[in-house]
Amino acid sequence: MADEKRVDPATGTEIKHHEWDGIQELDTPLPRWWLWTFYATILFAIGYTIAYPAWPMIDRATGGMLGWSSRGALEKELEARERQMAPIRLAIAETPITALPGRPQLMQAAVEGGRAAFRVHCVQCHGSGAAGSRGYPNLNDDDWLWGGDLIAIEKTITDGVRNPDHAATRTSLMPAFGKDQLLTLEQIDDVVAHVRVISGQDKRSAAAQRGARVFADNCAVCHGPAGEGNRAVGAPRLTDAIWLYGGDADTIRETVWNSRHGVMPRWNDKLDKATIRMLAAYVHSLGGGDAVPSVAGGGR
Amino acid sequence: MLAPTAPPSLYAKRKGVYPKAVNGFYRRLKWAVMAMTLAIYWGTPWIRWDRGPYAPDQAVLIDLAHRRFYMFAIEIWPQEFYYVAGLLIMAGIGLFLVTSAVGRAWCGYACPQTVWTDLYQHVERFIDGDRNAQLKLAKAPWGVRKLARRLVKWAVWLGIAFITGGAWIFYFADAPTLQHAFWIGTAPPVTYATVAILTATTFVLGGFMREQVCIYMCPWPRIQTAMLDEKSLVVTYKDWRGEQRGSLKKAEARPGSYGDCLDCNQCVAVCPTGIDIREGPQIGCITCALCIDACDKVMAQVGRPRGLIDYCTEESAQAERNGAEPQPAIRTLLRARTIAYFCIWSSVGLAMLFALGVRSRLDISAQQDRNPIFVRLSDGAIRNAYTVKLRNMEARPRTMEIGIAGAPAGRLWTEGGTRETAGATLRTSVPADSVARLRVFLLLPSAGPARQDFDFTVRATDREGGSAREPARFERPPA
Ligand code: SF4
Ligand code: SF4
Repeated sequence: MADEKRVDPATGTEIKHHEWDGIQELDTPLPRWWLWTFYATILFAIGYTIAYPAWPMIDRATGGMLGWSSRGALEKELEARERQMAPIRLAIAETPITALPGRPQLMQAAVEGGRAAFRVHCVQCHGSGAAGSRGYPNLNDDDWLWGGDLIAIEKTITDGVRNPDHAATRTSLMPAFGKDQLLTLEQIDDVVAHVRVISGQDKRSAAAQRGARVFADNCAVCHGPAGEGNRAVGAPRLTDAIWLYGGDADTIRETVWNSRHGVMPRWNDKLDKATIRMLAAYVHSLGGGDAVPSVAGGGR
Repeated sequence: MLAPTAPPSLYAKRKGVYPKAVNGFYRRLKWAVMAMTLAIYWGTPWIRWDRGPYAPDQAVLIDLAHRRFYMFAIEIWPQEFYYVAGLLIMAGIGLFLVTSAVGRAWCGYACPQTVWTDLYQHVERFIDGDRNAQLKLAKAPWGVRKLARRLVKWAVWLGIAFITGGAWIFYFADAPTLQHAFWIGTAPPVTYATVAILTATTFVLGGFMREQVCIYMCPWPRIQTAMLDEKSLVVTYKDWRGEQRGSLKKAEARPGSYGDCLDCNQCVAVCPTGIDIREGPQIGCITCALCIDACDKVMAQVGRPRGLIDYCTEESAQAERNGAEPQPAIRTLLRARTIAYFCIWSSVGLAMLFALGVRSRLDISAQQDRNPIFVRLSDGAIRNAYTVKLRNMEARPRTMEIGIAGAPAGRLWTEGGTRETAGATLRTSVPADSVARLRVFLLLPSAGPARQDFDFTVRATDREGGSAREPARFERPPA
């Protein structure tokens, strides 16, 4: 090999054997600090794999001397976050919900916290955008079965709807007019026609005229003489454009025949006061919430 | 040269470089550039600029925490970062321009590595003496004297590294406040870390690595030398005039057979990267021109014309070698290529200045809620919701009025308000130099196209006004 060595006369450095476009490369030695830096990186790598999880084993990686893990880091972060949130949660729990809007920063924290809690607990029924679906109320609109102000929403979340084991729960008692033979088939057809008229979906007809009487005798007690609904007993307004189960004749007939008994869990046994208050603030902020009633008002 | 038996080591020990002090035109130029660059670097954060009560009064400030960049009368927001991109483009083209005109002038005069190394070498000469004393001291065994000198030198180096490298932090916070906090120990930890790192790198790179940085670590020379052409000014040893080298004695003994180079090695002794320019252009040369100063002095002493080593283009070197007249330097500074670069460079600059002049200090953006896309209210009307951002980029609070154009029946309200209080416009105030985020509800009758385009408008209603608009869309259920 030695005889093949070619040395550049100007620098005394060996010339490498490749050539490109007439350009040849000198085998110039690297500075020594470069070598040291290289060794240092090797040492660092060894130290690193000792200190941190690194080597894959059969079912896990080596743990590392420092005991660091991404899961542990996450837990720490979550704990720190919780500690940071604790005073805010406390303040929210201690502030009456009607006083929240007067404290914008607290309100904002409540809405944000509620948004997160909603994603965990409520989306299964009400949908990720709180738009609900058939049988599950849309929380964005201005139609409320039990009231849409902050107090009413908080109560609904706290006690739920139709929890048989819970005295404070909200319950509406619509009879199954057809199944329990309280009304005849004809009467039900008539009252459906009437409801279609008062909700502006159909023109007046003889059947509807007959149905008005049936309505006055059987339905007005909860839904009001004009079908305007009653939030005290969770009776929906029948004159608006929003239908929880559907506003077509067949669906209304089915509703009158069988009645509807939607349920919602009570959350006071699962969530703390602050979280429920946050949820109420968030739901209220969706845009359809009612103003908080003045002292004398209440209900609707 | 190579020992035939032992293969050469792959790694070379650094050869010490002990540049000799030199005096002359280029040396003075270097002093001037050093003084100027250091003064700019050091002084800039302390310049005050009154922006009123709502903005910092530091003329140049990179406010990372609030994502603002202040430069005298200009304030840049994150979404205006294209100005920084523009500056980078200008820096790139400026590099083409300077390099094609005067070669690696950046390396020799303005590069921080050069400036600090130069500074450190002056300290070294002050403490250890000039080249010969330094060489002697380097060879001397370690003893009290050598150790003491070394410690003093390193201490001064460290001091310089600290006060110059450490000054970097003042660009990122109010300088007087930060300095106070720094000394009483209440500055953020990242401040101390930054100062520590910059002090250490300045100390190591300027004190010990020196030409190693230029030759091995820096990518710049690879890029810059690629941009040189035969019309660029580079430091050149005029071998056609200098060769055959010979000492004054030899030349006197055999007149006529020697060139102008006296082989006195002064050019090598002063070179901060320790190279011999007489071997031709090479990557180690940072074009600092100190060898020109050194050789000119020698030429003056022996009564020969200056410029045996000089800034010279390759073209003019060829011409001179063939006995023609060298081209005047102005010809390389002003030629098609440099003028073209200058035109591109200045048009980018002018375009940026123009954009700065006409940019709006008020901005609105609207993002429609997609889940749900629309909400039907009990009277059948349709409501859409938007997240509207108002950017007030002026250093004073302003009152704004949000309206809509293209949907005359629309009613607006925002969180906290209700449909009953809704109106055709919304009023809000936006704090100085900040973004207000509003959820805006827009109500339209149910009858209408499934998709209706309209514009959000915003108008500042206070004294100086300003307005902006943003296209948006209203969605309805299909009929
Ligand atoms: S300083 Fe000038 S004269 Fe002296 S060796 Fe260098 S080129 Fe030759
Ligand atoms: S050769 Fe001359 S110009 Fe180049 S680095 Fe050395 S002293 Fe500076």
